[in-house]
Amino acid sequence: MTPPVPVLWRTATVRDVVAETAHARTLVLDAPGWPGHRAGQHLDLRLTAEDGYQAQRSYSIASAPEAAALEITVEVIDDGEVSPYLVEEVRPGDELEVRGPIGGHFTWSVADGGPLLLVAGGSGLVPLMAMLRHRAAQASDVAAHVLVSARGEQDVLYGDELAALEPRDGLRVARTYTRVRPQGWTGWARRVDAAMLDALGPAPGAGARCFVCGPTPFVERVAQLLVDAGHEARAVHTERFGPTGG
Amino acid sequence: MAPLSRGFHGRRREGADPSRLPPGQYLTPDFPVLSAGPTPRTRLDDWSFTIDGLLDAPLSWTWEELLALPSETFTVDIHCVTKWSKLDTAWAGVSVDTLLDGVTTEAEHVVAWSDGDYTTNLPLEDVSDGKAWVVHTYDGEPLEPEHGGPARLLVPHLYFWKSAKWVRGLRLTAENEPGFWESVGYHDYGDPWREQRYWSD
Repeated sequence: MTPPVPVLWRTATVRDVVAETAHARTLVLDAPGWPGHRAGQHLDLRLTAEDGYQAQRSYSIASAPEAAALEITVEVIDDGEVSPYLVEEVRPGDELEVRGPIGGHFTWSVADGGPLLLVAGGSGLVPLMAMLRHRAAQASDVAAHVLVSARGEQDVLYGDELAALEPRDGLRVARTYTRVRPQGWTGWARRVDAAMLDALGPAPGAGARCFVCGPTPFVERVAQLLVDAGHEARAVHTERFGPTGG
Repeated sequence: MAPLSRGFHGRRREGADPSRLPPGQYLTPDFPVLSAGPTPRTRLDDWSFTIDGLLDAPLSWTWEELLALPSETFTVDIHCVTKWSKLDTAWAGVSVDTLLDGVTTEAEHVVAWSDGDYTTNLPLEDVSDGKAWVVHTYDGEPLEPEHGGPARLLVPHLYFWKSAKWVRGLRLTAENEPGFWESVGYHDYGDPWREQRYWSD
């Protein structure tokens, strides 16, 4: 199944930048000729310095396939080469090169059905948000259970939108805070564990499509928990990123 | 002509030998982990390595038998399609030449297959003549499961997805049969020096 559209570099223009947290922001891109994508896919981004030096990185696409603009959400990686530029320097009107979409495994569309189990560690929420936005755009009531693990409330991406996601039918969004518990918070405040996944569901026998994205140790642990709980290994899709170079 | 990225200077790596870094790659001192699913955990008692397909009789080695084969220790650079490269990685394992020693085949391709349903396709000549190994040791230690242990294929002259983690066998084939990533848009061959990341590259 070869994608019909060649994966070529295209010049995209930054239409808008949106601060998501103190360390992450969304770049809203106009990308003429963008061939479209499936929720969960990523793109390659290339920067060119005045002397011709270039740097490339991959970023998950945050926007739904249905959205008018292409969005990525980038979190600053300490000592990174590209992410500080994207989060702190880029402004509307700037041009970037992108190509894609890339990846055919960590994807979901409503036609694939559910139930869905989405587990995000930190900015691993980005490709999962594309799935939830796609579900909303299609007004799909496919069961979607979402667990967001973040250090604290200030680190949760898309917080307001997460709380307001539609359709509510079939949707269950839970959070756990691993470092800083918000005042008055009575919910989970620990690392993702078996009891948490059990309480969230769907039950392992339900045939859930599981998508886990986050830093490597998080993904390793959660994927193992899901398999140990009885989810089919082949139904557990993982996307990992590490604090490397980015 | 690529548009200039206003205010972007990049970070040149002092001391890095540019002749060792393929286009579009950056150096990392870490060893990132990338895979599409959970890390398989096959017991060594249940592990075997098989060569089947276009040959007279399939070959198979248990874990103990693989370890008993002549092992090579070598240091190579590795290049991941997700842009990181890591220089001077030290491995030990069995050359695929050793596994194919004495095999007569009409095959021109191989499919490497792994625990976890992963496959990747390569020309037979790219796993022959000292270009590929089944490695079980990284940096002097048993290869960790996250990095493909107990054993992974290592084909350092191609992008690292060709170096199948958790490898369990090679199937010798007459035709080219695209594998897991090759079927969803990644390049069929994957030469980092020609930046063959995606099918149209």
